[in-house]
Amino acid sequence: MKALDRKLLRDLRRIWAQSLAIAMVLACGIMIMVAAQSTQRALTGTQAAYYDHHRFADIFAQATRAPNGLLAEIAEIDGVAQVDGRISFHAVLDIDGVGAPAMGRIVSMPPDPSVGLNVPLVRRGRLPDPDQLSQIALNEPFAEAHGLVPGSTLRAVLNGQLRELEVTGWVLSPEFIYTVAPGMMMPDDSRFGVIWLNEAGAAALKDMEGAFNDVALRLARGADTRAVIAELDHLLEPFGGVGAQPRTDQTSHAFLDSELQQLGALALFLPPIFLLVAGFLVNMVLTRLIAMERAQIGLMRALGYHRLEIGAHYMKLAGLIGVLGLAIGWGAGWWLGEGMLAIYGDFFRFPFLMRDPALGAVALSGALGLLAVFLGAFRAMNAAIRLAPAEAMSPPAPPRFSRGRADRLLVALRLRQSAMMILRSILRWPGRAAITVLGVSMSVGVLVSSYFVFDAIAVVQERVFDQGNRQQVTLALASAEPARAVEDAYALPGVVAAEGGYAVPVRLINGHRTHLTAMQAHGEGAQLARLIDDYTGPVTLPGAGLVLPERLARNLDVRPGSRVQVELLTPPREVLDLPVTRVIHQSFGGEVHISQAALFEAMRIAPQVNQIHLRVDPAQMAALQERIKTLPAIAGLSDWQDVRDQFDATLNESLLTMALIYTTIGLMIAVGVVYNAARIQLSERSHELATLRVLGFTRAEVGFVLVGEIMLLAVLAVPIGWLLGYQFAQGMVEAISTDVVQLPFAISRRTFAMASIAVLLAALASVLLVRRRLDRVDLASALKARD
Amino acid sequence: MTLAPDTTRPIFVAQDVTRVFRTGAVEVRALRGVTLSLQEGEMVVLLGASGSGKSTFMNILGGLDKPTEGQVFFRETELTRASDAELTRYRRDHVGFVFQFYNLVPSLTACENVALVTEIARNPLRPEAALELMGLGGRLDHFPAELSGGEQQRVAIARAIAKQPDVLLCDEPTGALDSKTGVQVLEALCRVNEELGTATVLITHNADIQRIAHRVVTLTDGRVSSDEPNTARVSPAEVSW
Repeated sequence: MKALDRKLLRDLRRIWAQSLAIAMVLACGIMIMVAAQSTQRALTGTQAAYYDHHRFADIFAQATRAPNGLLAEIAEIDGVAQVDGRISFHAVLDIDGVGAPAMGRIVSMPPDPSVGLNVPLVRRGRLPDPDQLSQIALNEPFAEAHGLVPGSTLRAVLNGQLRELEVTGWVLSPEFIYTVAPGMMMPDDSRFGVIWLNEAGAAALKDMEGAFNDVALRLARGADTRAVIAELDHLLEPFGGVGAQPRTDQTSHAFLDSELQQLGALALFLPPIFLLVAGFLVNMVLTRLIAMERAQIGLMRALGYHRLEIGAHYMKLAGLIGVLGLAIGWGAGWWLGEGMLAIYGDFFRFPFLMRDPALGAVALSGALGLLAVFLGAFRAMNAAIRLAPAEAMSPPAPPRFSRGRADRLLVALRLRQSAMMILRSILRWPGRAAITVLGVSMSVGVLVSSYFVFDAIAVVQERVFDQGNRQQVTLALASAEPARAVEDAYALPGVVAAEGGYAVPVRLINGHRTHLTAMQAHGEGAQLARLIDDYTGPVTLPGAGLVLPERLARNLDVRPGSRVQVELLTPPREVLDLPVTRVIHQSFGGEVHISQAALFEAMRIAPQVNQIHLRVDPAQMAALQERIKTLPAIAGLSDWQDVRDQFDATLNESLLTMALIYTTIGLMIAVGVVYNAARIQLSERSHELATLRVLGFTRAEVGFVLVGEIMLLAVLAVPIGWLLGYQFAQGMVEAISTDVVQLPFAISRRTFAMASIAVLLAALASVLLVRRRLDRVDLASALKARD
Repeated sequence: MTLAPDTTRPIFVAQDVTRVFRTGAVEVRALRGVTLSLQEGEMVVLLGASGSGKSTFMNILGGLDKPTEGQVFFRETELTRASDAELTRYRRDHVGFVFQFYNLVPSLTACENVALVTEIARNPLRPEAALELMGLGGRLDHFPAELSGGEQQRVAIARAIAKQPDVLLCDEPTGALDSKTGVQVLEALCRVNEELGTATVLITHNADIQRIAHRVVTLTDGRVSSDEPNTARVSPAEVSW
């Protein structure tokens, strides 16, 4: 090994703690990039393979009742590869030992499902016998939640009758990876299940022999989705078609895609911050190392080493730090990626996982990581190797302190001399102070932008639950009823207040832009189910006209004052031309809203309801639930307390884990920056600080000079960190908002405070770790040596 | 006013002091049983070759180091039994140091360097007065980098005396200076010794400097090889460089 390389390894050993601190900051960035990318790619790959193996359909449509003969016509549409007609509907389920009724989506299954679309995968037991009309298969999460093993039974209100059904097996389907009940926000495996029933059985129950009400299509390669949908809608229209949806709008797929999109955003959002800080740190540490080795550099030049050889020597040192960071980052990224993949895999219940090493992300992160440290090193090294050997070998000129305007201000403040030392040092080396401030502020920023999610969720909880949905129960009616049905609801056990709601599937049209959604009609002065803007609170619906959530307005390119065509997809199937009167921010839901009066006037029909919101005496809840299980008029029920519990449980778990990870990596920046800044301070000023000890300053008083400067910078960094955090959080809202979820932007004081306290404590701990070294300085020898 | 040394009251008593430094397997015996007492108001010059142990001995007197064996008393206080905090207190209240390389804080002006000490001392001079005493009344607001070596050393002396210490410990105070500024510095030290009665211990390589002392102690290989009173004191100006 060359002598210079041996020096390199010894240098690295000497500054191992600082190098490790830098490597860790770099590693965090690399880790996130690799973990998020590999997880996202693995999940995307798994999703694609799963879809492909199980022939997940490309287009979905529903109608009221269409003859099977129509299927052949649909198959004729240009670009359609395969058509599957089936019967599907919702039913209230009654499970032994479970008080609250659950909701089921019942899907008919052909005699040989393996040749159809959306092929179910049997996980346990078997599929129902084609000739056994009361046998069913359940989707695995729901069956598991209730322990409905093959052989057990449950009851469903089917066609007005309570029927007993026998479970033969558990299945998974690419169509129901994410099972969200209609009108709900999150999956709730105990309240919403999918039930596969034999085609003949389903037809008999719904009086649908020779007919279908649900169709799935697979497209040929290169088919024009929009054209097929238009044609399909045209064919289904006479049979009560409510508009076909491409796969991108299919509930399960949209939720899954939304999660994957968020993972992708994560891979892009944070790593640059870490790479930037690592580059700065390498610069800071190498600048000091080179300053200390100035005479050695001069000597090496005098011995005949070329400038570039010496430059390469220090670049290698930076490179080694970079490689260490990459190795840790890749290793941690792989480990974290495996963990995330396992969690997501479990959550989505993929039957298999296709790992993806994300070699692209590994290579890219490697290149960016090394680029960051080399750029940092280059600046530090460049000046040093340009010095003439003789100049380099003589000691550097002592630092000059000027008496500028800032200094005159300091003098006027009549501070203690130790405080003067701190302030003059900051003024003398503003660049280094700036790096410390920047690093610490980024740390605060990262923490603010991760804790902010809690605030956003709190807003959602308040808006959705405390203000928006104050009913305990929402009943979905099997069909629209006259408004007086609300009065009838008072006859149900425990009902204290009841309000009617009306939702109708619509197609919104603005020029060439169209969007399928539901239109919610709100009663005047509604007290239970209210429309809420995340930022401004309850919304009073205009006398005429529509209220749209932001995302929907953006997708349709409309704003208040625009006019939208609203095609009602149920009878009377008219097209209404209505003005947009307001755009609101909502976290969940992409429905369009209108007042009941305005809707029914436009439809020219008497007021109707197809939902009833109830406030219930808690003591009577069980009685109400029992009653509902037997009412054929009720197609489904949502228990809002249950929804909220589920929401809280899901989020608490995942958010806490996430906050813990973000806090760790966010604080890593503060620790890396502060530890290095303090070590450099100590190395530069050990002489000066030893002098203070000799003069009779106590350890605490001397420590104040070191700790005080760093902590002053850290405190100065806090408000900058708030601003950065504000920006990061805004970026995050943009990056992780999808068509399914839009986080509101809200940051509480508590978030700012917690982020600041965590970072300041981490900074203090880091600088105190360095301060301990002051105790080990040999006073006598420190004073002998000339700096 | 000129104060004569009080030979009846020792300010330091060192008994059989040894100091062994261990670095790995190597053992260096810097002091091998030094017994010595220094009197109040006395100016003592410590002579000796490089490695003779004079700096080690001075560091022990100044509370910067502790002997491996033996006892050292400052008046009635046994320094060898003092804790780290007590030694800090001792340095703060009683000792003034002057070093070869001045050891000024570069980010503080002359006046502020002195104030560094007066802010924590019990009965200090005003910084300006201490600097005035060193003939630096016109350089109060200069940073160390803006002062010559002699001026910097005089700032260091001003900083050392501003607390009105009982003892002034000077390790090669003229080692980095030319003859003219060296004389100025010695004059300043003599003035402090005479006018304030501060006991002064001065380490030097320059044997001729012994002529300004009350007493000259020579260390050889960690032992006191001679301890002679100087009956024919001269002024610093007469010292040959």
